[in-house]
Amino acid sequence: MNPSPERALRIVSLYSDVMNVYADRGNLIAVRNRAAERGIPIEIFEVSLGDQLPADADLVLIGGGQDREQHRIADELAAHGRRLREWVEEDAAVLAVCGGFQLFGCWYRDQHGEIVPGIEIFDVTSVAPGPKAPRGVGDVVARSIVGSIGEVVGFENHAGRTYLGPTAAPFATVEHGFGNNGADGTEGAVYRNAIGTYLHGSVLPKNPALLDHLLATALSHRRGEVAVFEPLPAPYADRAHVSAVAAARRRSPAR
Amino acid sequence: MTSLRDRAALLAGRAVGTSTRRFGRGGGTALPGLVAGAIASDLVRSLAENLPQGVVTVTGTNGKTTTAHLLAAILVEAGFEPLANHSGSNLERGLLATYVAAADRFGEIAKSNQAIGVLEVDEAELPRLFPRLRPRVATFLNLFRDQLDRYGEVDSISEGWRAMLTEFDAATTLVLNVDDPSVAELAIQATGRVVTFGMDDHSVALGAVDHASDARFCPNGNRFVYDAIYMGHVGEWHCDCCGRSRPAPDVIAREIQLGEDGSRVTIAIGETALAIELPLPGLYVVYNALAAAASAYALGVTHEVIASALATATAPFGRQERFQVDGREVRVLLAKNPAGLNEVLRTLTVTDGPLTVLAMLNDGIQDGQDVSWIYDADIELFAGRELQLVCSGDRADDFALRWVLAGIEPRSVLPDTEAALDASLAATPEGARLDVIATYTAMLDVREVLARRSGTASYWETPNEKGAR
Repeated sequence: MNPSPERALRIVSLYSDVMNVYADRGNLIAVRNRAAERGIPIEIFEVSLGDQLPADADLVLIGGGQDREQHRIADELAAHGRRLREWVEEDAAVLAVCGGFQLFGCWYRDQHGEIVPGIEIFDVTSVAPGPKAPRGVGDVVARSIVGSIGEVVGFENHAGRTYLGPTAAPFATVEHGFGNNGADGTEGAVYRNAIGTYLHGSVLPKNPALLDHLLATALSHRRGEVAVFEPLPAPYADRAHVSAVAAARRRSPAR
Repeated sequence: MTSLRDRAALLAGRAVGTSTRRFGRGGGTALPGLVAGAIASDLVRSLAENLPQGVVTVTGTNGKTTTAHLLAAILVEAGFEPLANHSGSNLERGLLATYVAAADRFGEIAKSNQAIGVLEVDEAELPRLFPRLRPRVATFLNLFRDQLDRYGEVDSISEGWRAMLTEFDAATTLVLNVDDPSVAELAIQATGRVVTFGMDDHSVALGAVDHASDARFCPNGNRFVYDAIYMGHVGEWHCDCCGRSRPAPDVIAREIQLGEDGSRVTIAIGETALAIELPLPGLYVVYNALAAAASAYALGVTHEVIASALATATAPFGRQERFQVDGREVRVLLAKNPAGLNEVLRTLTVTDGPLTVLAMLNDGIQDGQDVSWIYDADIELFAGRELQLVCSGDRADDFALRWVLAGIEPRSVLPDTEAALDASLAATPEGARLDVIATYTAMLDVREVLARRSGTASYWETPNEKGAR
């Protein structure tokens, strides 16, 4: 279905009542506020267990959950996989965080060795190494070459190690922190306008460049032409970004 | 008789405590426990064995300190001699520090045969300590997400509780908040004596499950249905699929009236209804009082003693403590996770008047290094309120952004505690109240400044203060 220019920016928030263990609902709060500041009308579709997807979407958000919660949504998410992949191929914007990122990959093997199939938007696979291996926990500073996003900051907390497949590109390069797997210095993944990341924080409130990037790509999708934003100050977000980066540089190992 | 090794460990711990206090390094209440525990690895067992009336453990994410404090007050009135770790010093080293401070040179605590341990225990540590403490009564309050960077995920804590009770429960009376499904689950599998407590007053229920909820699904994966929600995922729940439902509580809170400075509540135990005026505000304090009443009832304390002790309750360290500074009343409200912050916010919005708030967010190990949790709190509750806000703490900028996104712009953002307190007092009309909302270490910081300015005792001048967390 073609997006029509009259309607509001359509935001689909997936399983926010299940996949919200690290308060990723802050991302939707930030989108709502920034869209209002920029005068962009939006409509929000909350899609949870038992719900249908709407016919189309400009921006899809999904957060992180515990193993149990990932299992809980996996089947229904798989049933929505085809439409979600179509949206991504049509260049809708996506932000998938942590457990949501893992399930937007090819598959996730949990710490009991059970495979949870993903919806194959990102060419990544994730493996939980078992209870003895340390979690990737701590502050992260990373640098993204996507658009003009640049430096991103957040907090990661994941058992799973994510490995990029041959056709995958990382979302960012880790400067401080663990990243996808603690070994190759990559953070997250990007495919077309879909971004997967391990960053909580919540990530969008204190990374206004990433927030504007997602809003701009979502608006471009809605309009069918490239939307370019005028600069718009985000003083509180900028200061929160700077203090989070300072905390990360102080206490997370450099790569 | 305490072993020689245990006695040596206690003496070494005491020596360390004396020297840390002399050098002004605060309470010296974790280090003595660490030292003593390093010398005698099973000292916790000796602590329990030296208490003739046994041990009560109080655990759960929120309300441990206040519940243990209220229970100790009831037990004093009932003629017990409670030994308590007063303020969140609830890891093994904190319990041992309590022992070090209380023991004589023979390692013995009891002056009489009425000594009883009232110990708040960290929810993640309890499975390790439970077999050694062998509590007479174990009270479970609730289980919310808290410091996921430190504890791991909520599920692993409830699994730890269940495994612990499968091995050792018959001799312990479990006191359970059955309004929390993950605590009620313990009642279903218990083989020993159980005393349950819960609320029954839909007038104080919330409209919907809030975002800080954690146990919204039954073990078969179906969503719980709530007839009333009192906080987070805590309320009157049932599952339409498997037939599980909240068990009928033995000790029930009814007819709750929440006020700015306290609450009225009727606590029903069997046929007896106790009308209580709690001098501390907030629905969460009603839960704490209910938990303390149920625990005291499990110990055989009479209804009259429970009612009279609760009516004269005071606030424990840093939890709704009040100070007089520069002609203003300052109230300190600890909020260290989203469920706790939500309850503090609800308490502040009980009345309609203008508010002055100092909001302090630290990101130390004891606070949780991940500050994401502020996005789970419903700060939007304040939208449209007349509110003067100052943000402070190590992560003042993160907290300020959270309030701005909820529609409330702070008048200033000052990471330094003294500067922020000055600005907040200046924004508070004379004779009015300043509410300080603070994470754990921020609470310790601001409490120190307030104690100094108001002439109140520092934490190390009262026994066993300052948490080990």
